[in-house]
Amino acid sequence: MTMSTTEEMRSYVTLNEYDVDHVHSTDFPGSYHGYDDSWDFNRFRRNFWIEVTKLDDMEMEFDMVGIDAALANAFRRILLAEVPTMAADKIFIHNNTSIIQSEVLAHRLGLVPIKVDPRMFEFRQEGDEEGTDMDTVEFELKVKCTKNPNVTADLPDPYEIYKNAKVTTKQLKWIPRGNQAALHHNNPIRPVDGDILIAKLRPGQAIDLRMHCVKGLGKDHAKFSPVATASYRLLPKITLKQPVVGEQAERLARCFTPGVIGLKEDEDGNKVAYVDNARKDASSREVFRHEDLKDAVDMKKVRDHFIFSVESTGALPPNVLMCEAVKILKEKCRTFLVELDNLTKK
Amino acid sequence: METPNPAATPKEGQPSSSKAIIYVCGECRQDNEMRPRDPIRCRECGYRIMYKKRTKRVVVFDGR
Repeated sequence: MTMSTTEEMRSYVTLNEYDVDHVHSTDFPGSYHGYDDSWDFNRFRRNFWIEVTKLDDMEMEFDMVGIDAALANAFRRILLAEVPTMAADKIFIHNNTSIIQSEVLAHRLGLVPIKVDPRMFEFRQEGDEEGTDMDTVEFELKVKCTKNPNVTADLPDPYEIYKNAKVTTKQLKWIPRGNQAALHHNNPIRPVDGDILIAKLRPGQAIDLRMHCVKGLGKDHAKFSPVATASYRLLPKITLKQPVVGEQAERLARCFTPGVIGLKEDEDGNKVAYVDNARKDASSREVFRHEDLKDAVDMKKVRDHFIFSVESTGALPPNVLMCEAVKILKEKCRTFLVELDNLTKK
Repeated sequence: METPNPAATPKEGQPSSSKAIIYVCGECRQDNEMRPRDPIRCRECGYRIMYKKRTKRVVVFDGR
């Protein structure tokens, strides 16, 4: 079945040799003759679907289909900049004789992801230096490097002959405030990873500090961003317009990401190329550099099929982060509607 | 004006030592108690560059 050009323009982004066509969504009223593009909630509900393809504590991949790029991008941006997490913001340094400067040490500590549910905390009031058990998580880091008395031989490894030559996030000790110990009894607050190197020490050097972790937003500082990355790509759609056989078929397969183009043998024993899994394609346009192949393939992307990938920093699982992002966008919409109401009342 | 130095360690019963300040040798890292008009010289190794100790006061930094 061949599609009409209009239908193709509406549904697909086309990758050509030197340019990309039909990149903008045009499904709003007045773009085409004969199409009813007025927005309808029930039609949206019929066409919209989500399928989770991969999910664990840290990473998630899912398909979001039947939605405009503006909304998909809004979710991505909210994940990056507006879903709160907790991170060390004020570092109280009692002593630091390590070679790493206190400013740099404080900055490093700020970036350490903390395993704590930010929904159980409030934002700290501006000007509040001390904080309360409702808005602050406190950690202590007290490390002193000494010679290891058990080692007598001359060893080359400093981590053998010295104790605490490496300071890692495992040594950050949570100091519960108020009823925090009882509240977080089942999930003791700690850094997400225990093996992040904070500083290196030599005998006689010591670090003694406390840090206040507060709730914040990624738009204030990247350390508050709950995702290592949140991104999406469009589903690739690759079609072969003519049979590609033999050496050409093998060359065609090499033009794409492995697994995109498969080879099967026909009755005469020739290798024939077929599209196996277009989803895997990284959208390299290498094929257009082969004069004899470029007219055999059609490279497109499905405009409203987003393959979302969310990689958490560990405070909250990625599926929870996505739901939080949706809640935040809903809240923004509600605020906007109230603003509009106020405008019409005046 | 006498500024309060946290590295100063006044010893009990020795009012004159209140002006003694501990410096760290730039060569051997030995703590040296020094008074005004003392020769600036490490008692251990004779090195002549001395450093003041870090303040014992808490310093607050932004984790940014």
